[in-house]
Amino acid sequence: MKNIKIFTLIFALYNFGCSNLLAEENLSNKIYKNLRCLVCQGQSIADSNSDFAQTIKSVVNDKLKEGMNEEEIYNFLAEKYGDWILYNPPLKNESYLLWTLPYVFFILGAVFLFFLLKKTLKHKRY
Amino acid sequence: MLSEIGTLFVLISTLLSFFLIFFSTKEIREKSVYPSKKIRNFSLLQFIFTNLSFIVLLVGYIASDFSLVNVYENSHTTKPLFYKISGVWGNHEGSLLLWINILVLFSFLFLIKNHTIDKKFQLLTLIFQNMLIIGFFIFLITISNPFSKIFPVPQEGLGLNPILQDPALAIHPPLLYLGFVGSSIYFSLALASLICKFDGKNFANVTKPWILFSWFFQTLGILVGSIWAYYELGWGGYWFWDPVENSSLIPWFLMTALLHSILVLEKRGSLYLWVITLSILTFTMSVTGTFLVRSGILNSVHTFANDPSRGLYLLIFLSIMIFSSLYVFYKFAPKEKVEFKPFSKEFFILINNWFMIFFLITVLIGTIYPIFLEIIANEKISVGPPYYNTILAPFVIPLLFLMSYGPQANWLVSKPAEIKKLVTVLFLSVCLIIIFIYFTNQKNILINLILISSIYLIFQTFLDLLKNLGKKNFSFYSSIFSHLGFGLLIFFISLNSIFSIEHDFNIKIGEKRKLGNLEITLQDLKIYPEKNYKKFVGNLMVFYNKNNSIEFLNPEIRIYNQPKTITYEASIKSNVLSDTYVTMSNISKSDFYNIKFQKKPFMNLIWFSTILIAFGGFIRILERRTK
Amino acid sequence: MKKTTLGITVVVVSFIILVFYYGLNTEKIYDTEDLVGKPIPKIDLKLLNESKNFNTEELSKNNFTLINFFASWCGPCRKEHKHLINLSKNKNIKIFGINLKDEKSQANKFLNKLGNPYYLIASDHDGKKAVHFGVFGIPETILIDNDLNIIKKYIGPIDDLDVKKILKLVGK
Repeated sequence: MKNIKIFTLIFALYNFGCSNLLAEENLSNKIYKNLRCLVCQGQSIADSNSDFAQTIKSVVNDKLKEGMNEEEIYNFLAEKYGDWILYNPPLKNESYLLWTLPYVFFILGAVFLFFLLKKTLKHKRY
Repeated sequence: MLSEIGTLFVLISTLLSFFLIFFSTKEIREKSVYPSKKIRNFSLLQFIFTNLSFIVLLVGYIASDFSLVNVYENSHTTKPLFYKISGVWGNHEGSLLLWINILVLFSFLFLIKNHTIDKKFQLLTLIFQNMLIIGFFIFLITISNPFSKIFPVPQEGLGLNPILQDPALAIHPPLLYLGFVGSSIYFSLALASLICKFDGKNFANVTKPWILFSWFFQTLGILVGSIWAYYELGWGGYWFWDPVENSSLIPWFLMTALLHSILVLEKRGSLYLWVITLSILTFTMSVTGTFLVRSGILNSVHTFANDPSRGLYLLIFLSIMIFSSLYVFYKFAPKEKVEFKPFSKEFFILINNWFMIFFLITVLIGTIYPIFLEIIANEKISVGPPYYNTILAPFVIPLLFLMSYGPQANWLVSKPAEIKKLVTVLFLSVCLIIIFIYFTNQKNILINLILISSIYLIFQTFLDLLKNLGKKNFSFYSSIFSHLGFGLLIFFISLNSIFSIEHDFNIKIGEKRKLGNLEITLQDLKIYPEKNYKKFVGNLMVFYNKNNSIEFLNPEIRIYNQPKTITYEASIKSNVLSDTYVTMSNISKSDFYNIKFQKKPFMNLIWFSTILIAFGGFIRILERRTK
Repeated sequence: MKKTTLGITVVVVSFIILVFYYGLNTEKIYDTEDLVGKPIPKIDLKLLNESKNFNTEELSKNNFTLINFFASWCGPCRKEHKHLINLSKNKNIKIFGINLKDEKSQANKFLNKLGNPYYLIASDHDGKKAVHFGVFGIPETILIDNDLNIIKKYIGPIDDLDVKKILKLVGK
């Protein structure tokens, strides 16, 4: 019974995978998603239908054709419009805390749990 | 007329809240064992009048009474009735009235359900809850009055944003409010419990049903919000890590942590202070979220019209709440000894809490960091999906593995479960994913690990379910279903992100575009006038080379006249395995139309998994009722 | 609860509330102030009414150039137009127009009606050149020196005060 279930699952996944794959990592779409539409209220260039978004999409495509890679395009646009246009905050002095604080808290939690455990184990000895 | 009646009802309810606080304070000192009938009557009256004020506003909308500013600004005579009704809470003032209704509802239900518990504890809870209620009533009456008048009375309203005219959005706020506004009751319970020096286990018994109830609705509320975003907003996504979405997710993490910890408190009597802290934090974070969303301090696609004066009031209210809670906590919190053994159930629940707190801190930091940076360093940055995905995704893997193990652990005793069984399932999961990787060439290690861990959780919970069919009690099934749901959710979200296809291109009417193994033709564009808008419907034909099938999709561009807005309606063809999702917009000053064509796999299964998670909670609520 | 924990919590919470309070009161409109001090890009532009090509490098011939992005369909552009006419009378500064997402005939009609302050006009029909200048709406105006460095960026129509400051900067 279990075998049949596993087999059907594999079969479904296989069909699915083949039918959709060689999904070219659509690079331009990936870039659109990472850019903020500056004249919209909280939408990416990919999601927005505004004039500004259409123009930026066009510029991104041009730059890709010119041979710029993803990072260069982000740098180009951030240079013109500031880091605000990028949804992935670049790791700079200003965003250092942003990227490290969550991990700091995670480690703090671990340390706290560790001490809690230690206290219990200490008690056990007596 | 309506304006005066509505305001009158609001004032009466506020007055009743004052009475409740006054008489409760008096009765605490008295010798009675139970609260007097007077308290119950006042609470009932308060409940009635608050509901009546809501009904008055409802009538205003249904009758299109534009003498009320709120109705004028947010409604229109040609709105369909269903959306006239949901328009009541689709704006700041109306939704605030709904907030208050929920606060009062919980106050009243608490009194009814828990009228036999310790009197001082009961009354103190009522006092704190009514302080919250009064705080919000004052907010409503002074700067957010839905009953303010306008003269002369306009002939027609300004209309409601067409994006908000959607059934999912209609029930989204009420569901969500039953969630995070409902958390107010255990905020009050926690403070009352500290002052009364109430016993941990008793506190757990009283509070647990409220936590389950609010968690259940919060889960559904978030689900419905995502469904609305998917169907209405037209970008094919369902979660954007937008500040408003994050504001509903943060309380959810706290509630989840809380509903796990309260089990420890209930069974073992320990973690009392931690549970109190979480109870206070949940509602605090809910109000913080409301502040962030309504004050205008953040930029978001969801925000209500912004007003700094609202922000100021909420900030002051929030400060009072936080500092008073800190004071009560500092003054009344008992000393507590925490002990637990590794590999015991308590240990796993603490680990769950550790992860939940980590997730919520990440989301909180991501949401408010831009504000801090702007104020302190005068720099503007955006924190979007890439940040949250990068930080959170790796931690989902250990969480999923631990979730498979945790429910099997026993209380107190630490006994590593049968290793052999675990390893077999693990081996199976890894094999399956290796086959998957082979066929799909999926190279991303992180995603593969997430797939392995989610399949592992799914298999493990399934096995547990099959092994124990009919043998166990409600709480066993509730955790099985919820954990299974969570595993499925992560699994389908991952598959969806791997296999989603997006094509964004410009095309003229009559043109055909070849993309991979698809051929898309924009056959024509037809114009139809509707009740309150004009729609341009594109007829798109999609030909799939792989299996020679054809699909027709009809994305729309809608031009509304009151207020003048353009919306883009996605055309979605949905089935179990995959959705085809298309939006179309025109490019100004050209014959071209921009088409966004997407294939979104497993969307319905993502919704199903979330419902399954909520269902687990529902089962546990049922269990309590049958007791 | 220990006194130190309380102390730390109070300090942290107060700090957060204070930041939120300031956040409420500052209305920071998004601008591209970062660009001040940097040079404009050296790119080719098509001229509106002539067929020859133009490169922005040629703007270094002027002591100061005011690059103004405008369009005939833009309301606020009409408002600021008289200020541009005013500025064009000053010998130290030349006004360079870039017509954005517009039709040539409409642009010329606009200038015939309201006056032409521009010594040269370029045409950016699809708006892509504007992106190179960090422009995201109109009107936007950029003041540069003869090294093509950006001295000031104006988002939205310029007013009396801006004109006064510009005249002071370029010297009467």
